[in-house]
Amino acid sequence: MDTFQQALAEQVAEQHRHHGKALFFWVWGALLVMTAIEVYLTYQSMPPVKMLAILLGLSFIKAALIIGYFMHLKYEVSRMKWLTMCSVVACLILMTIFFFPDARRIIELGVK
Amino acid sequence: MADSALQNVPSVYEPSLFGTYSKKIGMWLFLLSDTLTFGALLYAYSYGRISTPDWPTPFHSASIINATVMTAFLLTSSLTMVLAVRASVHRDAKAQMIWLLATMLCGTGFIVLHGREWSNLIAEGLSLPMFPKVPGHEAAAEFVNVSKTVPQFAATFFGLTGMHMLHVTLGVIYLGVVALRRKFIPILLVLWLVAWLGTPAYSPFHYGAHVLLIAAIVCGIILWLKPKVYDSSDVEVAGLYWHFVDLVWMFIFPLVYLMSAKIL
Repeated sequence: MDTFQQALAEQVAEQHRHHGKALFFWVWGALLVMTAIEVYLTYQSMPPVKMLAILLGLSFIKAALIIGYFMHLKYEVSRMKWLTMCSVVACLILMTIFFFPDARRIIELGVK
Repeated sequence: MADSALQNVPSVYEPSLFGTYSKKIGMWLFLLSDTLTFGALLYAYSYGRISTPDWPTPFHSASIINATVMTAFLLTSSLTMVLAVRASVHRDAKAQMIWLLATMLCGTGFIVLHGREWSNLIAEGLSLPMFPKVPGHEAAAEFVNVSKTVPQFAATFFGLTGMHMLHVTLGVIYLGVVALRRKFIPILLVLWLVAWLGTPAYSPFHYGAHVLLIAAIVCGIILWLKPKVYDSSDVEVAGLYWHFVDLVWMFIFPLVYLMSAKIL
């Protein structure tokens, strides 16, 4: 690694040094609690679409916690945050655009 | 201190657009592309599911408990990984090693539980045409026709979870190389022999174990060509990969397991 890269790595390491352990334990606890809620909801009689919406909602919250705190994206510069997240969300939206019309057609008209 | 170090660098270098080192940006770009791979697989699974009226719900309480424990293993491994990164930036080599090994242990626990679940499902009759037949096992009633009438289930289930299991396996190897460097190669070879000789010939893990041999050869070549002591930036980049496999599981677990639970 050249001098400039080493200096950047040292700068990033310096940012990491200010984070306490407690925060990571809180995030881990929150993730476990949300997992327990998901499993609990599985055994409740609930319409599948409603259950899917709740499970996906919880999954997105868990993903945000992992990306933000464990992957440290919350502490990166704005350009990094916006460019990475906007590009991946845009690509997933493109997939969804192709997925949902067919999904809706199948649900409304059936598969035959 | 770091800022002054940056100021002393000759001005031939352009400032970093993302305010971080290139290895980390490279890993983020790889993870973004991998997100699309898993996104496509999850969409394929969902599409197969809504277009198939008789989608099976084969996961009994035992399977759900197993998958929940697997999830707990992965979440705990993310915590130990972040503690390893923290130890590395504090230059605490001993703590870094302990947390990295703990992460690998949790990852291995996940793989073992997942492998056991796969083996049970295959023994009960849920299979792919490429899997050899399990001798001396009667297929369970609920799986007798699933592989024939709803082949999408086995294809998407094994495809999606297999891809994830491969990522976790490679993650454990990656962490092993960062933590133990050359010492990890003989361990990897022993693991390959145990996995290869310890699984029956009809198990997909019998030939899947060769991933470990290929990984040992590739890691051996890399460590021979470029031997180095991995620093905190390497641990952080490895951590990004590890958290990503955890992140993907946060979607596979509810979509594949919880939405296909058999509620009695």
